Amino acid sequence: MKAYLTRRYHFSASHRLNNSKLSVEENRRTYGKCNNPHGHGHNYALEVTVSGPVDPETGMVCNLVDLDGFVQREILERYGHANLNTLAEFSQQVPTTENLCAAVYSRLHKDFRLATVEKIRMEETMMNSFEYAGGRELRH
Amino acid sequence: MVYLTRKAEFSASHYYHNPKFSAEENRRIFGKCNNPNGHGHNYLLEVTVKGEVDARSGFVVDLKELKDTMNREVIEALDHRHLNKEVPEFADQIPTSENLAIAIWNRLNSKLNIARLHRVRLYETADLFVDFYGEA
Repeated sequence: MKAYLTRRYHFSASHRLNNSKLSVEENRRTYGKCNNPHGHGHNYALEVTVSGPVDPETGMVCNLVDLDGFVQREILERYGHANLNTLAEFSQQVPTTENLCAAVYSRLHKDFRLATVEKIRMEETMMNSFEYAGGRELRH
Repeated sequence: MVYLTRKAEFSASHYYHNPKFSAEENRRIFGKCNNPNGHGHNYLLEVTVKGEVDARSGFVVDLKELKDTMNREVIEALDHRHLNKEVPEFADQIPTSENLAIAIWNRLNSKLNIARLHRVRLYETADLFVDFYGEA
């Protein structure tokens, strides 16, 4: 029996949306208030969905302790209370939540081996959320 | 195709223990959930059905029938129960949210003649939920 398990995490980070290839005026026009040179921050909520057969011995898709430990170590410690613009993955990329989703998904997808990473969903604010499944279509 | 979701709440207690494992393995694998005196959750259930909209009624499903079936087959059996001790599916299965979502699917799927079940989503807490789509 294949089931999908979703776990929700929280972290806060700051960023500034600015593309060095664009002029000052273009950056201001494209990113608006998010282009403020001093940056700003969000309380992000991250949902990680993994799937797999339910182990008949444990009743689990994967042990939550392992998923929580991985996300804590690889994601929350990296992004929590960080300035995203200072991180290697955003040295050439604007730290929009779209790009942040792709970075988080790729880290999970590459190294979490205890279940299939299906997708992630990221809330930047209560009004905005983004989902990414490595480019695959999402199921409802 | 239109999808319709109905929510319901129930509260239940459980603990995780596999008699095939040693006491030490049970503690290591299940952690605090292995406490033999049990603990409980306020579960939030979302049942999604799908179908074409009936031209006469404008419904995918008669909500009252869906609600009654959910109450009869799921809520009455699980609400304010000890899952390990009072729900037959868990006599020989660990009552994790994964297994509970599958049990709810099976209970509903055999009784819902009025629409096709699409998904059972079960929140164990606000930060943890399981989806089951009836996949083998």
